[in-house]
Amino acid sequence: MMSLIKTKTAAFYNIKNNVENYLFIVPAVAIFTIFYIFPFIDIFNLSLHEWNGISLTRKFVGLQNFKELFQDEVWWKSFGNACYITLIALTFQNALAFALALACDREIRMKQFYRIVFFLPPVLSEVVVGLIWRWILNPGMQNGEYYGLLNYVLHHLGLDQLINNWLSDPKTALTCIAVVHSWKGFGWGFIMLLAGLQTIDRQLYEAAKVDGANSWNTFRHVTVPMMIPVILVVVILTVLGSMQVFVLIISMVGQGLVDYTEVPVTRILAAMMGTNRFGYACAMGVNFGLVLILISLTMKKVSDRMKQA
Amino acid sequence: MNVNKYQVKGFLKVFFIHLFLVVITLSCLFPLFWMLRSAVMTNQTIFVDKSFIPSEIHLENFMKAWVEGNFGMYFLNSVVYTVSVVVGIVIISSMAAYAFSRLQFPGKNFFFYMFVAAMMIPLPGSFVPLYVLMNKLGLVNTRFGYILCMINVGLSMSILLLKTFFDKMPVDLEDAARIDGCGKFGIWWHVALPLARPAIAVIVIFNSLNVWNEYILAQLLLNEPELMPLQRGLMVFQGSHLVDYPLLMAGLTIAALPIVLVYLLMQKHIIKGLTSGAVVG
Amino acid sequence: MKKILGIFLCLILLVGCVKRQQDPNTITFWHWMTDRHESFQKLAQKYEAETGIKVRVDLYAPSDAYTQRIVASAQARVLPDIFGILDKKEIFASFIESGFVADLTEYFKADGGQWESSLFSKALDVNSFKEGNIYNIKPGIYGVPIDVTNIQMLYNKKLLQKAGINNPPKTFDEFLVAIKALKQIGVPGFVSGWGELWMADCFASNYAFNIMGEEKVIATYRGEVPYTDPDWIKVFNVFKTLNANGAFYEGIVTKPNKEAEQDFALERVAFAFNGSWCVNVYHGMNPDLEYGAMLPPAINPDLPVRIWGGAGASFVVNDSSLRKQKAVDFLKWLTAKDQQEFIAEETKNLPANRRALSSIPEILSEFARGGDYTTHPTIWEYNENPLVSEKFTKGLQSIIIGEKTPEQVAAEVQEIKQREIKKDAQKMLTK
Repeated sequence: MMSLIKTKTAAFYNIKNNVENYLFIVPAVAIFTIFYIFPFIDIFNLSLHEWNGISLTRKFVGLQNFKELFQDEVWWKSFGNACYITLIALTFQNALAFALALACDREIRMKQFYRIVFFLPPVLSEVVVGLIWRWILNPGMQNGEYYGLLNYVLHHLGLDQLINNWLSDPKTALTCIAVVHSWKGFGWGFIMLLAGLQTIDRQLYEAAKVDGANSWNTFRHVTVPMMIPVILVVVILTVLGSMQVFVLIISMVGQGLVDYTEVPVTRILAAMMGTNRFGYACAMGVNFGLVLILISLTMKKVSDRMKQA
Repeated sequence: MNVNKYQVKGFLKVFFIHLFLVVITLSCLFPLFWMLRSAVMTNQTIFVDKSFIPSEIHLENFMKAWVEGNFGMYFLNSVVYTVSVVVGIVIISSMAAYAFSRLQFPGKNFFFYMFVAAMMIPLPGSFVPLYVLMNKLGLVNTRFGYILCMINVGLSMSILLLKTFFDKMPVDLEDAARIDGCGKFGIWWHVALPLARPAIAVIVIFNSLNVWNEYILAQLLLNEPELMPLQRGLMVFQGSHLVDYPLLMAGLTIAALPIVLVYLLMQKHIIKGLTSGAVVG
Repeated sequence: MKKILGIFLCLILLVGCVKRQQDPNTITFWHWMTDRHESFQKLAQKYEAETGIKVRVDLYAPSDAYTQRIVASAQARVLPDIFGILDKKEIFASFIESGFVADLTEYFKADGGQWESSLFSKALDVNSFKEGNIYNIKPGIYGVPIDVTNIQMLYNKKLLQKAGINNPPKTFDEFLVAIKALKQIGVPGFVSGWGELWMADCFASNYAFNIMGEEKVIATYRGEVPYTDPDWIKVFNVFKTLNANGAFYEGIVTKPNKEAEQDFALERVAFAFNGSWCVNVYHGMNPDLEYGAMLPPAINPDLPVRIWGGAGASFVVNDSSLRKQKAVDFLKWLTAKDQQEFIAEETKNLPANRRALSSIPEILSEFARGGDYTTHPTIWEYNENPLVSEKFTKGLQSIIIGEKTPEQVAAEVQEIKQREIKKDAQKMLTK
């Protein structure tokens, strides 16, 4: 008899416990369901139809949009371009952010100043960034002088062979965009890595010094292991952010240089606005999401394995 | 005086570190300088005058931008939106992140991965179903509707970041609080949130920037100028054909200031963080 | 501190929930032209003073954001009384089919055709559907143009004179001679905002009409003539030749139009390809610019050079509006002589009303003179498939940067065209 009451009380408390726990996530889930899930269902539904955005009728075409998508060369090329930008961001941008965070972690002068300055590029709007860099990379001439800053400097340094039609040359256009994107974004990695560095107990560093470790060993055996969770978050956010870049591209090269500066999101916009194919655009979106999820899962597996190592 | 090789090495190290920092700093300051320089010129001279410091300085452009762009009203709206959205996100996402990190309940992983997956699936063309839905809910052209929408935008990333942070939190403090009689909400409010200050600071900065610079959703969901945020004011200078560059630059400079302010305020917290000796032993 | 935040939040929520009721007697007018917002507001006030009817002018810019707004509003059935459709004829047809746009033919007939005849017919054509159109729309007028633009070439008089050229080139060969002369004195030849693909498309289209004539171009769109036809190769060759002669200003393929306008206004380049709206822009950047407008220099002397032009901005009326007659009246008032003169004055653009032409500046009359040669995709009976168009314009880019030959591009475009023809045929079968 007592045990029955006990189990019932236990069950009651269990339910109460769960309900309390659920309360924590209710606001988030509620908002998420309304503003994300419902539109998502509609988008998913739309990807199985053909629709021009206006007409009252939508034609059901099943998986045809996806079939067409798999054969769309430009779509996969745009994926490749986005991966390229992401790669540059992961290496160049994050290495830069990490180096700067390390530099600012020590007790050096003007630390405060640097911290503020490095956050300026992310604050700028893409419009301004696009304008400024278009001017810097401008290949034109005016009154016999190079108008763009980069070519001007190269010319005056005597490096004429490096002068280029930066944003209109298939070989350099995407790289320029990737570099500008990295320049604009390193501030985020910087503050997150700095926050992570600051939470490492100073005593660990002192212990390492006592043990006779030089700076490289300290870095390898103390800093990096402690920073792995933060590094992981930065990596994930970098990947997600870089794969979805597009406003910067539009402000730097307009509708693009043939297919060399296309990325998935610009293709989606082109399908929606340019060729009025909402269904196809939604199929692109779903496909894009699935690939990103795949990438993230792979990254997670890799990180889990690293944690075990 | 004998200078030993360690001192020289140390000096070189510091020198190169500083050089590196200075070069990057210059590249970051350059746009700001460019914006300021452009802001004080006129539309005629802006592309012609090549000098570093323009010959004529029109400081009144800032005043003009404020007045012609009707900044006062838009500014206030942007502040309202940013504060509400950020406070909303901090509360809602930290609650959810705490639950995902420390509490057990059926379906926990499912919900968490749902949020994470949302970050990866952009919703192009979602503006159509979103608008229809908002219209049905009567939330079009209301501040509340826009705020809720913007909260959703920042939710996933904030939850992910905070959960990672909460996972790293030491359990001893929580246990201590529980012994002291704190319920779950109490632990969340009194222990988890203060400890997560650096992560919360990052979220505040991130979402403030997003909301402050946002205008696509604002254009979609809001009808009246009285409800529009600052970016709308900047649109006035970007005519469909004629662009008033000096005023636009002046406006952009004014618009950038508050965000830099938020960053200044918050970055202190990122640094203070856990080093204030919360954990002993 | 927390208490203050809490109260603040509650206040916001309360404020946020206030909804504004729509006044049933106000006409809602949505537009996308930031430069004209003030002018429209002034006109709305004037209209209210004259007739007592309120007009609410709302601006949504840039034009992409405007289109998104219109599309979303259409689906939610909350379109305003008056709005604009910034898209292809096919989409315009879709709007009408779905019942979002009112047929204005009766209103135009109501005053015995006076309103219709006061406006330039080409501007009206852009807003009309003709007998036997492929979209199966009942023939008639569905929109009201409030101004007229066309796209021509501009030339800088001073720079040309410096190169020893006193008259703007009339033929393509003369044009190449001019480019060479300009190169001698170190002046870049030609600029245009071809980072916006439609402008490159426009230039190509102009030459296509000149080289092979309208009939053949439309036949190509219908699929009866392949893109590998020698005449089309000639069109592609225009770009190749200009590139080979160094006519293009560096970076033209990714140049936004606003930047191209700067280049011309600040006298860096001698020739430009732009629309009549440029008059206002150039004036803002360099009031002393001495320039003129000319048709693109002809390659084929036997056929006319056609340029794109017609209505600049047009507005349609929501078919479900409860204030249809009032909305139409307002649009009619907007196209009346006085208002047109006002708009032309304020925005330095060409009016849609013929009788308002007297009060435009000299350079605009040069644009107006090109009006006889205008055509526009929206008045052609058949438009090219957008996917083929996209491949076509990207092919132009490839030719300009020298990575593909005209023959290669033609073959690639034709391949896409075949694919799309097959798809359309299949669609016909399953209908």
